[in-house]
Amino acid sequence: MGNILSLTTFLPLLGAVILALFLRGDDADAQRNAKWVALVTTVVTFICSLFILTNFDPNNTGFQMVETRDWLLGLQYKMGVDGISILFVMLTTFLMPLVIAACWNVETRVKEYMIAFLVLETLMLGVFLALDLVLFYLFFEAGLIPMFLIIGIWGGKNRIYASFKFFLYTFLGSVLMLVAMVAMFADAGTTDIPTLMTHTFGTENFSVLGVQIVGGMQTLLWLAFFASFAVKMPMWPVHTWLPDAHVQAPTAGSVVLAAILLKMGGYGFLRFSLPMFPVGSEVMGPLVLWLSAIAIVYTSLVALVQEDMKKLIAYSSVAHMGYVTMGIFAVNQQGIDGAIFQMISHGFISGALFLCVGVIYDRMHTREIDAYGGLVNRMPAYALIFMFFTMANVGLPGTSGFVGEFLTLMGIFQVNTWIAVFATSGVILSAAYALWLYRRVVMGDLIKESLKTISDMTTRERAIFAPLVVMTLLLGVYPALVLDMIGPSVAALVDNYDTALATFEAATQFASN
Amino acid sequence: MIGADIQILMPELVLAVYAMGALLAAVYTTKDGMAPLLTWATSGLFVLLAVWIGINGQGTNIAFGGMFVDDGFARFAKVVILLSAAAVLLMSESYMQRRGLLRFEYPVLVALAVVGMMVMVSAGDLMALYMGLELQSLALYVVASLRRDSVKSTEAGLKYFVLGALSSGLLLYGASLTYGFAGTTLFAGIIEATADEPSLGLLFGLVFLIAGFAFKVSAAPFHMWTPDVYEGSPTPVTAFFATAPKVAAMALFARVVHDAFGGIVGDWQQIVAFLAVVSMFLGAIAAIGQKDIKRLMAYSSIAHMGFALMGLAAGTAFGVQAMLIYMAIYVTMNIGTFAFILSMERDGRPVTSIDSLKMYSKRQPLRALAMLVLLFSLAGVPPMVGFFGKFYVLRAAYDGGLAWLAVAGVIASVIGAFYYLRIVYFMYFGEEGEALDGKINPVLWGFLMGSAAVMLIGVVNLFGIEPIAAAAAATLVN
Repeated sequence: MGNILSLTTFLPLLGAVILALFLRGDDADAQRNAKWVALVTTVVTFICSLFILTNFDPNNTGFQMVETRDWLLGLQYKMGVDGISILFVMLTTFLMPLVIAACWNVETRVKEYMIAFLVLETLMLGVFLALDLVLFYLFFEAGLIPMFLIIGIWGGKNRIYASFKFFLYTFLGSVLMLVAMVAMFADAGTTDIPTLMTHTFGTENFSVLGVQIVGGMQTLLWLAFFASFAVKMPMWPVHTWLPDAHVQAPTAGSVVLAAILLKMGGYGFLRFSLPMFPVGSEVMGPLVLWLSAIAIVYTSLVALVQEDMKKLIAYSSVAHMGYVTMGIFAVNQQGIDGAIFQMISHGFISGALFLCVGVIYDRMHTREIDAYGGLVNRMPAYALIFMFFTMANVGLPGTSGFVGEFLTLMGIFQVNTWIAVFATSGVILSAAYALWLYRRVVMGDLIKESLKTISDMTTRERAIFAPLVVMTLLLGVYPALVLDMIGPSVAALVDNYDTALATFEAATQFASN
Repeated sequence: MIGADIQILMPELVLAVYAMGALLAAVYTTKDGMAPLLTWATSGLFVLLAVWIGINGQGTNIAFGGMFVDDGFARFAKVVILLSAAAVLLMSESYMQRRGLLRFEYPVLVALAVVGMMVMVSAGDLMALYMGLELQSLALYVVASLRRDSVKSTEAGLKYFVLGALSSGLLLYGASLTYGFAGTTLFAGIIEATADEPSLGLLFGLVFLIAGFAFKVSAAPFHMWTPDVYEGSPTPVTAFFATAPKVAAMALFARVVHDAFGGIVGDWQQIVAFLAVVSMFLGAIAAIGQKDIKRLMAYSSIAHMGFALMGLAAGTAFGVQAMLIYMAIYVTMNIGTFAFILSMERDGRPVTSIDSLKMYSKRQPLRALAMLVLLFSLAGVPPMVGFFGKFYVLRAAYDGGLAWLAVAGVIASVIGAFYYLRIVYFMYFGEEGEALDGKINPVLWGFLMGSAAVMLIGVVNLFGIEPIAAAAAATLVN
């Protein structure tokens, strides 16, 4: 099992190649076969990833199951997993079969659709497993292509605008990161991520175009990475591509976007920004915290007035990602634990919420909140599941949403009380918009003619939600499942960060004396 | 002594003698009837010569007292030039044939142009440089107006000729200034003359030389001829313009600034960086509004030349290596893209408007996919090989102390991504439109698929081009 990571990563790609080469025709049989091939591939990938999980030793804070090959220009093909990335890998492989199952109703260009998702899965896994800067960039950036196509081909009415906005926004963010990577390569002479984590980038102040840069090169590099991850996350004020992309994307595309793609930003902060540029993070940290606080309050307020269900959930995602960035840049055990926990739990919850919207969208072909009302009368099972995930989204204790929010708030409280106060108000706001949405869609009398014949969830739909419900509950009542896995790695991360800062401060004090 | 010199010049001589022989043979026999045969024979000869040069070439050989240099750098450029010219000739055969454009002059002129290019990249002296350049240019002027009964094509040829003559004039003026102040036309002599504080006249000469080169590589602000010539020329000729001559001119550019002015890097670095940044932005922005895919490719090539110049602007051996790799990748991408453009027909007539591609992916999924790969590669999105070209030049620019240029370059590449995505949009997202013909010539199909496959598979190790380019660059810059 020496190359289990590569195997897991490239299995979906193999499935995509098989689909592309061997599946002919576009009749109903071919479509069904395409779906089954995709489903089987993702399930097998999930099983492979379980081997990673069982072989993983949480107490080892280094990278495990590392594979290395030489590549071009002194770059390496290097894959490895540690406590920070393992759960994202598991999240991806766990959700992908559900995503494939969720698009069982698609009828246009099914083969291409499945290929796009399988390729996307490979690229997402690659992002979390890559241990070489350029390899990471390759996966990170290449993921834009299938997502661009998914939104553009299978999306809603305004899909063209949304797909271009999605692509160009994220592309602009990440090319700046590319320049920073080139600079790091030149400075450290390697693109090996574990080596770069121990490399200290320059911190001497200098000025660019007359602006004094505190923290020097580290701050500049930090900013370049921030440009990429903040857009990906997305953080206020560069979040505007997300509501558009979500609204126009097909249901499965929304689920992948919310549940996995957004996490790449948070993962990037943990993998690059904090360990490689501690001084830069320290200099820019307060900015991130305030942006997060604004994001939580502002986007929650925006969510309140939305008329489109997907848009509302999209804004709620931005708010929840605000807790993540806040937790990360609190840089303490609780904060980062909470941030990772929040990302995982948000992966389940937001994915499930988008699936909930998908269920009624499939029936009514509209996402307008006003078009619904009183669904509970005809769809009791749906009402139950939707309520469960609405509560989880609000952060009800007993669901995983609570643990993430609580830990991040606890982390930030130790750093900055004011921000904690603002962020906590977001919890109330999230209850307001989520419950109000639920009331308008599900509760009340069923008066709309068009809804009179709506049918409850099918077995397939229930089967998709079942694992998500189980995971949300399980993590809610037994968070140690996650925290034990990530704890030691996070502790090491925080430790290294503090040591690096202490060294830097000692050096500056020495210099000023 | 002369025997040894001729030995070194042998590939060029073979090609030149072949071209003249072919001309005579065709004139005295069946004229245009021989054209298909000549086309195939010429591209076959190109490939043979490329293999010969690639395998046989060893070390650095200097002929005719330094006028002609055969080194790793020249050989790399020659192989790329020969192979791309061969590919373009093969692609043009059926297209030209069906439109009655396949005259016997076409392969002969292309062969002569290629001789010119080979002399250019091997030039060790301003005179040899000018001879090669003019041989190339004159052949290209004629080829541009090959479609004699079309106003657009003759206009393209005339425009190209007038502006090309102007640039040759600039270049010649620069050369004469350089000669006047350095006292020699040999590069080896010029570099000695610049060893201590170069005189103002020499710098003037350098600037004029660079202006001439910028014209030949179609770098902004000397790019004006490019869109019109690309649009007006028959498409196979456009494909030719976009590939081999660009490599030759870029290699010549690198040769002169390093071999003759390598001692005063700081003096030309800023000019080249300026050319690079202007080209990248102009190419990216001006292409947005284009409706004709050939004009779009013209602006795309301007932007790409900007990136290649970024490598050159670094002024280091790694920069030259990055430039060579970039050019090789660029040529491969363009061959595939032009194979696609050549296959765009409706009722047997060529179509070049971008919106004729509406929903192309529905009818031709495989070809649309290949084009998609090429477009993302042109935009520099990983994992396509086009990304690695960009990565190399960015690294070179950063190492050369031009971090601002790297930042400007990536921003331009985001702007540029828009118009490549626009083609994807027409092919995949748009509404239905009038269909293009489904037939495709197998040669074109092969080049399209081959080029797309190279863009995907190249991610493994770029087909081992890296060490070769490194060795080539090392012979130029030391």
